[in-house]
Amino acid sequence: MIGAIAIGLAAGVVAGLLGVGGGVLFVPGLVIFIGLTQHQAEATSLLAIVPVALVGAVVQDRYGNVRRGDALLVGVLSLAGAAGGVALANALSGKVLQVGFALFMLFVAAQLVRRNVGRGGGEAETGDVGTDGAGTGT
Amino acid sequence: MPGMAAHRSPGDVLKLVAIGTAAGLFSGIFGVGGGTVIVPLLVLWLGYGEREATGTSLAAIVFIAGFAAAVQAGYGNVRVVDGLLVGIPAVGGVLAGAWLQQRLRSRTIALLFAAVLVASAVELLVR
Repeated sequence: MIGAIAIGLAAGVVAGLLGVGGGVLFVPGLVIFIGLTQHQAEATSLLAIVPVALVGAVVQDRYGNVRRGDALLVGVLSLAGAAGGVALANALSGKVLQVGFALFMLFVAAQLVRRNVGRGGGEAETGDVGTDGAGTGT
Repeated sequence: MPGMAAHRSPGDVLKLVAIGTAAGLFSGIFGVGGGTVIVPLLVLWLGYGEREATGTSLAAIVFIAGFAAAVQAGYGNVRVVDGLLVGIPAVGGVLAGAWLQQRLRSRTIALLFAAVLVASAVELLVR
């Protein structure tokens, strides 16, 4: 229970910071701390993502960071892919899906490292506090 | 309002179609929002700034995850109470994260996140 709440908080922070839905933490959290099957965890994660992404999007929109037309286009155009993806997930066994998900997590981790190492963290950010300040905050 | 249709070329629209399709597939297969696909592609293909990409990604994810969750509910896989258990604290977290993002470099947090992902992946693989 406490583990699940902690995972929820962490997923939210990551969502706000990195623009993801938090599912990459929700899914393993639901499997490891609550004992859901991989299929249940993935489906439940999708539900949990909706309020997180909604609140995150509203806040980011106030900061002027949302290109609404593009967001709508990407969102609407993804629906066929999402339906196909869900059907595929439900056609696979839990074990295959779990191994695939673990590989997906490693891919995301590698992508994050690649984007954040070796270019001096050159994101267009205010950076008053600097990298060290960001680190101690968590 | 930023980013309205006026200055979007046909090539950009095709890129947005590709991003949407890829994000939808990832979302459906893995139960995620698809932001890990959307954010880097908006930056690489459409020249978005990092913060614009995260904001636009979150808005797109509302549609993607909402629809994928509804399809999963049709398969009987959605556990509403467990979803609230992780989803409600996450709403608090996302407010903190978006606030922090305007003030901090996200680099260190991204690397910490990567470390958590590797640890969770190992845990899933050895189960």
